[in-house]
Amino acid sequence: MNKLIISPAPHVHSDDSVRRNMMNVIIALFPAYLVSLFFFGAGAFVVSALAIVSCVLFEYLIQRFLFKRPATIGDCSALLTGLLLGLNLPSNLPWWIVVIGALVAIGVGKMSFGGLGQNPFNPALVGRVFLLISFPAKMATWPTPAPLVKNWFTYFDIDADTAATPLSQLSENGVSAIAEVDFWHSLLGLMGGSIGEVSALALLIGGAYLLYKKTITWHIPVSILCTVFVFTGILWLANPEQFANPLFHLTAGGLMLGAIFMATDYVTSPMTPVAQIIYGIGIGLVTVVIRCWGSYPEGMSFAILLFNGVTPLLNHYIGPRRFGEKKK
Amino acid sequence: MKTFKIGGVHPHDNKQYSAGKAIQQVPLPKQAIIPLVQHIGAPAKPVVQKGDEVKVGQLIAEPGGFVSAGIHSPVSGKVLKIDEAVDAWGMKMQAIYINVEGDEWEESIDRSDKLVRQCALTSQEIIKKVAAAGIVGLGGACFPTQVKLSVPPGKKAEVLIINGVECEPFLTCDHQLMMEHTDEIIVGITILKKALRVEHAIVGIENNKPDAIEKMRQAAAKTTGIEIMPLKLRYPQGGEKQLIDACTGRQVPSGGLPIDVGAVVDNVATVYAVYQAVQKNKPLISRVMTVTGPSVENPGNYEVRFGTPLNDVLAAAGGIPEDTGKIIGGGPMMGRAMSNTDMCSNKRVSGLLLLPESMSVRQAPQACIRCAKCVQACPMGLEPYLLSKMAAHQMWDELIEHNIMDCIDCGCCMFTCPSYRPLLDYIRMGKGKAGGILRARAAEAKAKAEAEKAKAETAAAKA
Repeated sequence: MNKLIISPAPHVHSDDSVRRNMMNVIIALFPAYLVSLFFFGAGAFVVSALAIVSCVLFEYLIQRFLFKRPATIGDCSALLTGLLLGLNLPSNLPWWIVVIGALVAIGVGKMSFGGLGQNPFNPALVGRVFLLISFPAKMATWPTPAPLVKNWFTYFDIDADTAATPLSQLSENGVSAIAEVDFWHSLLGLMGGSIGEVSALALLIGGAYLLYKKTITWHIPVSILCTVFVFTGILWLANPEQFANPLFHLTAGGLMLGAIFMATDYVTSPMTPVAQIIYGIGIGLVTVVIRCWGSYPEGMSFAILLFNGVTPLLNHYIGPRRFGEKKK
Repeated sequence: MKTFKIGGVHPHDNKQYSAGKAIQQVPLPKQAIIPLVQHIGAPAKPVVQKGDEVKVGQLIAEPGGFVSAGIHSPVSGKVLKIDEAVDAWGMKMQAIYINVEGDEWEESIDRSDKLVRQCALTSQEIIKKVAAAGIVGLGGACFPTQVKLSVPPGKKAEVLIINGVECEPFLTCDHQLMMEHTDEIIVGITILKKALRVEHAIVGIENNKPDAIEKMRQAAAKTTGIEIMPLKLRYPQGGEKQLIDACTGRQVPSGGLPIDVGAVVDNVATVYAVYQAVQKNKPLISRVMTVTGPSVENPGNYEVRFGTPLNDVLAAAGGIPEDTGKIIGGGPMMGRAMSNTDMCSNKRVSGLLLLPESMSVRQAPQACIRCAKCVQACPMGLEPYLLSKMAAHQMWDELIEHNIMDCIDCGCCMFTCPSYRPLLDYIRMGKGKAGGILRARAAEAKAKAEAEKAKAETAAAKA
C-alpha cells in the first residue's frame, strides 16, 4: 500500500462538470440546428461552423499568447458561445463579418473580463449586438427559407432571394403585413430569420431536454414567455389594429432562442428562483416594448443584455430562503 | 413521502457492499488504548491508576463536567499506563492503556439476550443511569446523551425523533442494528419517551431500507406512541435540523437548538445503547461499525469493543486492499480521511471506508461558472459560492452577515459543484475564524457589562 491520501470531506462528487453542462446545451440546440440546415442549406452550416471555429480559436490564442495561461477550451464553453453566436446570425452573412463577431464575442465579451465565469454580459449576444449595430444592412437581410434542395448552395450565390422577417415586416408595415403569416409555419420554422431562431417547436424540444437534464430550471424561460404572452395579449385585446396577436409574438424572432438558451446562461443570470423570475419578467417587458415601440424590429438581444447588467443587483438583494426563516 | 424542504443532493448510496451483512464480533485486542476524549465537552478524568486490575464495564474515567461523559473499561486486564496517544488526525490526547487478560465482566451486567420490556424507573432515574453509562450520540457528533435528555427550564420537549436515516453513503451499521435488534430499539424508545415525558416518538427511516421500515413497523405496533416514518431518499436527511424538518415540518431557527421547536433527536444506535444501559446495566463499551469499500474483501458490519486497534478491525474485514488510496473514518460525505490506521476504535468512529486510489484524488478546480447549483443544494439556504469567496478574501464580518455559522458541514455544495471548487474547505476555514470572532466579541461584551456593573455598585456604595 502506498501512502494514504488526505483531503477534507466530502470525498465523493456528483460527477457533474462544466463540460457536461455545456454539452447538454449543445445537444439541446441540435433540433433547431437541423431545422435550419433543412431550410437554409449550406449557408446555415458555413456561418455556424465558422462562428464555432473562430470562437474556439480566439479563446485558445488569447489564453495561450495574451494571458500566457493553459488554454481551457476543453470545457466547451467557447464552442457553445460560437454555436449560439452562429445561430443568432443570418445564414447569408459574409464570412469576415462572422469572424469579427466571434472576435468581439470572445475577446471583448468574455476574455476582457478575465474569461469563463467573469463576464457580466452574455458573450454571444455581445458579438451579435456589435454586428447588428455595425452592419445593420447585412444583419437585416435573410434568405427566403425553402426546403433543402432549393436552398443548398444559395450561400455562394449573391443574387439569391432575400426576405424580411415577419417582425421587420410588422415593424415597417404594421399588422396588415403579417396577416399572411401562418402560426404553424412560424412554429415549424418556415420563415425568414437568423439560423437558429426560426423553429419555435425545435427550440421548445431542446428546452424540454434541458429541463429534463436539470441543466436549467423553468423559472427564466417560463417567466419570459408568460410575460411576453400576457403583455402582448393585453395590447392586442386593447387594439388589434395596431398590435399583433400574442401567439405571433411568441413564435416570431429570437424570443424562444433567447428565452431558453441565451437568458439562461449560468454566468450572466441570477442565482435564486425569485431573482430569476424578476429577471425573466424584465426581459419580457423590455422585449415587447422594443418590438412595439422601438426602432429595431426585434428587442430580445437588447433586453437580455440589459438584464445581464441588472443580475449582480438581483443577486445582491435577493438571496435564497434561509433554513429556519419564517415566510413573510 | 416526506423529506426536508430546502436543498439536498442525491449521492449514490453504495450500500450494496455491506447491507444485510450480519453483525460480527471483532476478536478482543491484546492491548486496548482508550482515549479520555471520546465526546464533545470536557475530557474525562481517570479514576484508575497504573497497575489496577479492571473488569469489563468498570468505570475507568469519570465525567469532567456537566457536558462530558464517563468512560468504562471495554476489556478486562491490568492498567499499563496513562499516557499520551495520537489519533489518526494528529490530535494528541491522554489515554488509558490496558493490557488485556481474559474477558471478565462486572457482575451487575446482564449479558443475556433476553428482552426486558418493563421499566419501572422514573424520568430522573433513567437520565442518571444514561449518564452513568457514558452514553454519547453515536450518529457522529458524540454529544453526551444525558445533556440532551435534561430539558432546560422554560423549554418543553414535545416530540422525540429517532434518527434511523443513515443518509451517509456506504454506511449500513444503523440499518443492520434496526434489523437485528428491532425490539430492543423499540423498548429503548419507550424508555427515552419516559425520560423526556413525551407522548409521541417518530422514527425517520429513508425508503432505501424497506426491510427495516417494515420490521420496525411490526415491532412498534406492539406498543403505542411510536410512529415509523418512511422518508424520501435525500442527503443530508440525517442532519438534526433536516430530520426535524422532514418529520415535523418545524424548522429550528438560526443559532437555535432542536429543543427550541420542542424536539429531541437521538440516533438508533444511541437508543440501543440506552436500552443496554437502563435494562441490562451495560455501559457503552462497544459499537457497531461498518467496514466497507469497493475492493474490501469482507465488507460488513462489525461490533467492536472500544480500544480495539483499527488494524484489528480491518484485518477482520480482510485487510487493507492493495489499491487503497484513502481510508475514511465515517462516511464519504462528512467522514475524515486518516493518515494512518494505528489508532484504536472509540465512540467517535462509526465506520471505516476504504476508497481505491481512483476514487481518492480530487479533480483540479476550474473557474466558477455561477451556475447556482451550490445554492440550490445547500440544505441551510446559504450561498456557498459567495461564502467561499468571502472566506478567501478574509471578509469575516460579511461572512457572519451571510449566516456562515449556520453551515452544517454536510458537503452538498462541493459534491454538486460542476467546477470541482473546494467550496467547503474555504467555508470551514471562514467558519472557524468567524466563530472565533463571535466568541471574542461575546466575551468582550460580557466583560464590559460586568465592569460597568461593578462600577455602578461602587458608585452606589460610595453614595
